[in-house]
Amino acid sequence: MANDPISQFKITKLVPIEVGGLDLSFTNSSLFMVATTAVVAMFLIMSTSGRGLVPGRWQSVAEMSYEFVANTLRNAAGNEGMRFFPLVFSLFMFVLIANLLGMVPYFFTVTSHLIVTFALSMLVIGTVMIYGFAKHGAKFLKLFMPDGVPPVLYILVTPIEIISFLSRPVSLSVRLFANMLAGHITLKVFAGFVTSLIAAEGLGIMGPALSILPLAMTVAITGLEFLVSFLQAYVFTVLTCMYLNDALHPSH
Amino acid sequence: MSPNENEPDVQDARPTEAELSERRSRLARALEEKTTQAESRKNVSSSGTGQGFAQAMKLSTEFVAGVLVGAVIGWLIDKGFGTSPWGLIVFLLLGFVAGVLNVLRSAGLIAEQQDRTRDG
Repeated sequence: MANDPISQFKITKLVPIEVGGLDLSFTNSSLFMVATTAVVAMFLIMSTSGRGLVPGRWQSVAEMSYEFVANTLRNAAGNEGMRFFPLVFSLFMFVLIANLLGMVPYFFTVTSHLIVTFALSMLVIGTVMIYGFAKHGAKFLKLFMPDGVPPVLYILVTPIEIISFLSRPVSLSVRLFANMLAGHITLKVFAGFVTSLIAAEGLGIMGPALSILPLAMTVAITGLEFLVSFLQAYVFTVLTCMYLNDALHPSH
Repeated sequence: MSPNENEPDVQDARPTEAELSERRSRLARALEEKTTQAESRKNVSSSGTGQGFAQAMKLSTEFVAGVLVGAVIGWLIDKGFGTSPWGLIVFLLLGFVAGVLNVLRSAGLIAEQQDRTRDG
């Protein structure tokens, strides 16, 4: 069914692989993850291969993306945070390019699946926890026991802080996934109205004439979706930087 | 710094230090006015569609995430210790509180974790 707004998110197996009862098939999602990584790598390798003192167009785009992420990270986590720069920059480029590739018609949107975004955010929170414990040891737990609270209230405050901490990867991943999913469904529904109105019987000439309205809406939403693609990649990066800041400075 | 910078007889030749600094501060004021105008214009134009939508999305996911995590923890505790349904009830309520805390934090109404502990 061409008008079904959900079918665009369907996972199809391209190369079925099964290892020891586990389904490790190469799916269309995997294909677009590989494509995203390839696009990012090619963009950065090709654009920086010239290494001009005066950057060309591609090189200045690459330098701009570097500066952008570096400034975000420095503002949120200080100069110490720059040791996480490779992780943060990879995450930003991956999410951004995956979102933008999803905007191409008939392409699969990797970030519209909760499991992908959840894996990305677990990577961030895992880094925060491992680094936090490795660097600060038990002092990292001070994050859950704020100062200036009467000792009795720790029974209540500590579980709340722990739940609040654990809800971070959930909200981080749900936000990215929900934005991409909702945007693509809206786009598909409005685009479906155009064909339905043209094909509608009993409306006569009115059908094609009215179909201008959802078409205009589709164009507008496409623009908005490009904005959302960038915005969500940025939000993901900013929150990653803020959580890394917790790992670097848990109690001061 | 010339020693006669405050004397009136150099005024005809070139501007004094005082005049220069006065002009500098005037230019700085004008520049600041221009940039704040540009910034407020930018804020007004961007607050139309994207920003409000992003803000709504952010706050709602923060709240839902808190409740969900609380419920999952409570459910796991019940499953592990056989205390059903008390773990779910207690941790759902705590998750609700954590969700509200998340929303207030991300709206900037109360201090972040690390900021608050810094104050002591």
